[in-house]
Amino acid sequence: MDGVEVEVREGVDRETIETVQAMSGKYKHGWETDIEMDYAPKGLSEDIVRLISSKNDEPQWMLDWRLAAYRRWVKMTEPTWAMVNYPTIDYQDQYYYAKPKSMAVKPKSLDEVDPKLLATYAKLGIPLKEQALLAGVETPEGERKVAVDAVFDSVSLGTTFKGELAKAGVIFCSISEAVREHPELVQKYIGSVVPPTDNFFATLNSAVFSDGSFVYIPPGTRCPMELSTYFRINAENTGQFERTLIICDRGAYVSYLEGCTAPKRDIPQLHAAVVEIVILEDAEVKYSTVQNWYPGDENGVGGIYNFVTKRADCREARAKVMWTQVETGSAITWKYPSCILRGDDSQGEFYSIAIANNAQQADTGTKMIHLGKRTKSRIVSKGISAGRAQNTYRGLVSMHPKATDSRNYTQCDSLLIGDKCGAHTVPYIEVKNNSSRVEHEATTSKVDEDQLFYCRSRGMDEEEAVALVVNGFCKDVLQALPMEFAMEAQALVAISLEGSVG
Amino acid sequence: MMLVQAKTDALTARSGALTVSGSGWLGAARRDAVARLAAMGLPTKRDEYWRYTDPASLTAATPTPAALFDAGDEAPAFDGIDAVKLVFVDGVFDPAQSDDPALAGVEITHLSQAEGVDIHWARDVYGVLETRGQTPVQRPLATLNTAYATQGFLIRATAKAAKPVSFLYQNRSTTSDALLHHCIKLEHGAELTLLESGPAAARITAVMEVEVADGARFHHIRSQGRDHERRAATHVFSRVGAGALFKSFTLTANGCLTRNEQIVELVGNDGVAHVAGAAVGDGIFHHDDTVFMTHEGQRCESRQVFKKVLMNGAVGVFQGKILVKQGAQKTDGYQISQSLLLDGDSQFLAKPELEIYADDVKCSHGSTSGAIDDTALFYLQSRGVPKRMAQSLLVLAFLAEAIGEIEDEAIAEDIRSRLEGWLQRHEH
Repeated sequence: MDGVEVEVREGVDRETIETVQAMSGKYKHGWETDIEMDYAPKGLSEDIVRLISSKNDEPQWMLDWRLAAYRRWVKMTEPTWAMVNYPTIDYQDQYYYAKPKSMAVKPKSLDEVDPKLLATYAKLGIPLKEQALLAGVETPEGERKVAVDAVFDSVSLGTTFKGELAKAGVIFCSISEAVREHPELVQKYIGSVVPPTDNFFATLNSAVFSDGSFVYIPPGTRCPMELSTYFRINAENTGQFERTLIICDRGAYVSYLEGCTAPKRDIPQLHAAVVEIVILEDAEVKYSTVQNWYPGDENGVGGIYNFVTKRADCREARAKVMWTQVETGSAITWKYPSCILRGDDSQGEFYSIAIANNAQQADTGTKMIHLGKRTKSRIVSKGISAGRAQNTYRGLVSMHPKATDSRNYTQCDSLLIGDKCGAHTVPYIEVKNNSSRVEHEATTSKVDEDQLFYCRSRGMDEEEAVALVVNGFCKDVLQALPMEFAMEAQALVAISLEGSVG
Repeated sequence: MMLVQAKTDALTARSGALTVSGSGWLGAARRDAVARLAAMGLPTKRDEYWRYTDPASLTAATPTPAALFDAGDEAPAFDGIDAVKLVFVDGVFDPAQSDDPALAGVEITHLSQAEGVDIHWARDVYGVLETRGQTPVQRPLATLNTAYATQGFLIRATAKAAKPVSFLYQNRSTTSDALLHHCIKLEHGAELTLLESGPAAARITAVMEVEVADGARFHHIRSQGRDHERRAATHVFSRVGAGALFKSFTLTANGCLTRNEQIVELVGNDGVAHVAGAAVGDGIFHHDDTVFMTHEGQRCESRQVFKKVLMNGAVGVFQGKILVKQGAQKTDGYQISQSLLLDGDSQFLAKPELEIYADDVKCSHGSTSGAIDDTALFYLQSRGVPKRMAQSLLVLAFLAEAIGEIEDEAIAEDIRSRLEGWLQRHEH
């Protein structure tokens, strides 16, 4: 649609078209910020782990925890079961810590942060000002606020609305700050959902995580605004290893958003994150992600290798978690946000859209581990493959013998656009009691010709028509997203598929 | 890559007492299998493909002794079906009890008679389909069979067979260890029904390779023995040509460990392949259906229908895959795996997979697990049906879709009556 005068049609407002146009073309966030950085020496060793720990002024227990993880990681082998192919990663040819020089002395508030960094976020559409603004949707002051923690390479730049959140008793800060300010909470919960022994990438993260977000919602508190973390990888050859810990105490509620982008580079970059969520009695967490890391170019050169371990533990009765993800970026995606439904009557939901175009490869899904009685889970996964991409849904539904009267419903739909891509479904279903009901359905199909024809007959060009049909295909998931995210995601769906038809 | 020591050790133990025999093409095929096997070793429970079934008793040096089974007054399976019967006792062909193979109107040769024939059609089938079936997933127990099996038949049909061929397996020794290898070739336009039934041995490792040429039709109906302590690993490798039809149905009642693998390749356009199974188990029963359906031709149709009824700690496993290769456009693939758990102790473990590289296809799979529907039970009882009978009716209704895959109504009825008998004996 570049350069073409798009006429405003009935029912579509100009703003929507402009937003989509503005976002169209190549990867939108592929520019880089020219800024002086402090790097730790290249490679990974115990010394690097110690260095990261000392940069963050960590107590001894945290360092010991990291070192134990590192020593274990050295003995582990990288998993190969996922349906993704990538050149061997040289873990010694990476920087594990990169920090803007201007952050050497931690700014007291966001006003003191290097304007270049603030400009970076402004350009991404995430102004680090205390106002609500995301994806171009401006809402009147005070109506709908989003607090943002901005993570740039290895460090958190700052967190907005801290004061207002503190009034409600909510702690929202970087994990490095939390280790210093709230060690009792961190020590109690870190690694309790994703232990440092969990898997190759989680163990690596446990050893070298540099920053990330920490959230604590006290009992009975409904978090007064949505919380958000925006991850930006900027430095070259640098892995980002963030760690997020969310604790939602009894009867509390929080909605958390995560966004991520990176510059265009020819050399693939590593991202291995861990997200842990602890949900206590009657509490509820909504976690939404729009993952838009640089996917590499049309030929598969460059891009982010995204290996993420995300898990929520519904630790007590009636706890509830909802994962929503829109995965459009990354050259390689390896990600399985999971729910441990330990408390009786707890609930887990997983809504996912994964789009792989060009040479992208995605292997993503979820695990629903039913341990408590009358636990419920629902999985809705929409995979879209185009170009030469491979897209795999991989999931586990496990009903333990004691998880009586539980329920799972899984629906996995795949859409193929073009005859050179692949769509795969690998579900594991393990049922160990008979009072639970488990249902799994999966379909694979191509974009419906009749629907396309109808759209074309109404004057849409082919790309628009495909985008519309695909958006319809994804509707169940898009509806689960918070409003601002849904809009961004919808536009992203269209953009990610550009060049996939014709 | 270095083989895991455990795999090599298992192979050394399992093949220790076995010898490669034969000369000519058959001897060569066996020696080739020995070499392939050495590079694979035998499976262990750490293998992803054996995630839900422990192969230890299948790979052990000697079979676990199994008590002989008395079927009581139940008539043998397919008793009323007019077929050419070929009887095996503890995995060894018994000509005295068997019919004259010539009556079926097809060529039937025992393995031992084929090796001397220089250019035998079976050389393009024996071990060949099995080898093709080793990628992308290894099936070493099938290779072990190719290497060491000396019992089995080579059957070639060139036209519609006069009557079905029926393999009857009898078990007389508690420590029998059977290796059976059959090859079947249906030439262009031929049609054959093959029946298999009975408890074969304490341990069975079986391979059947089926080449269905263009336009040919093959029906396979199997009723595995009701013996409780049997351990079986069976493999059916089939290659289905253009416009050809392959149908295979298996009834499994009892047996402490059964792994039935079906490896189907639809190589021609417009081929049809249906594999189905009904399994009922009470107590020590572990039943694993593993299916790998590959679509290469265009406009092919495949169906996988597997139903399991489980009680008292029985375990049902389903691993099924539909692989649609690039270019296999207009594929219609369907897969359903369901289990009915009659009590809280039983388990159903499933991994239904799709791997698709063509865009103009229609593929779906479903998997469900749960107890008998209380509402349906209540409805039947409210209509005056006693509870036990109502339950049996619902169980049979649950299994009906799988039995419906059998085309011959007389054979389907035989299977149905065997299931009814089983349900009467196993009150729940």
